[in-house]
Amino acid sequence: MSAVAANYEKLQELGAEVISVSVDSQFVHKMWNDNELSKMAGKDVPFHMASDGPGNVGRIYGVYDENAGVELRGRFIIDPDGIIQAMEVLTPPVGRQFNETIRQIKAYQHVRAHKGAEVCPAGWEPGKKVLKPGPDLVGNVWKVWSPLKDH
Amino acid sequence: MAENAAGCARPTGAVVGEKSAPAKEEPIIKEKKMATARVGAKAPDFEAPAYYKGKFTTVKLSDFLGKWVMLCFYPGDFTFV
Repeated sequence: MSAVAANYEKLQELGAEVISVSVDSQFVHKMWNDNELSKMAGKDVPFHMASDGPGNVGRIYGVYDENAGVELRGRFIIDPDGIIQAMEVLTPPVGRQFNETIRQIKAYQHVRAHKGAEVCPAGWEPGKKVLKPGPDLVGNVWKVWSPLKDH
Repeated sequence: MAENAAGCARPTGAVVGEKSAPAKEEPIIKEKKMATARVGAKAPDFEAPAYYKGKFTTVKLSDFLGKWVMLCFYPGDFTFV
């Protein structure tokens, strides 16, 4: 979470808000911010640190580990209509790649801005080739997009 | 965000943008009706106690309708990764 706190401005630039959730209490969240996260991020945690002690929220998101009594590393991108566009769930020992979330939000924002008329192929980033789905593109993606040159 | 007394996190039983299910049913029935998260579908709404910028607050997902939200679960404060 320190990576998200440290790079929070990048999310703000995209108009995105952050809610973090763990089974820890609000009080432990405060202590974690005060004693560790703020030192790692160079500032206080700028987002909402939610407490889900009973695992109720984690359960409906499918990320609550009943045996361990903790939440897995589930990351959800929710669009302005409240629709979940992306999710990624990791087991505890490996951390997330913050920039991948940024990339995905930018890609979903591009698709949304073009009302689905342009879609983002593998590894897409702003400035890279988009695809325009339609009858003419069927069987012809290989002519306009290369996984070696454009990925 | 108003400062609130400590409480428990609880799903409202509805997806964001819809009114909460009435709290009259038996808890078990409510559990069955609970929306679950699925990509491409509306996010299940929830309300949870939170720590935000020096205050104890309540955070509700549906308050962020109209914005992009990154919702991040993690195993625990003071863990190593």
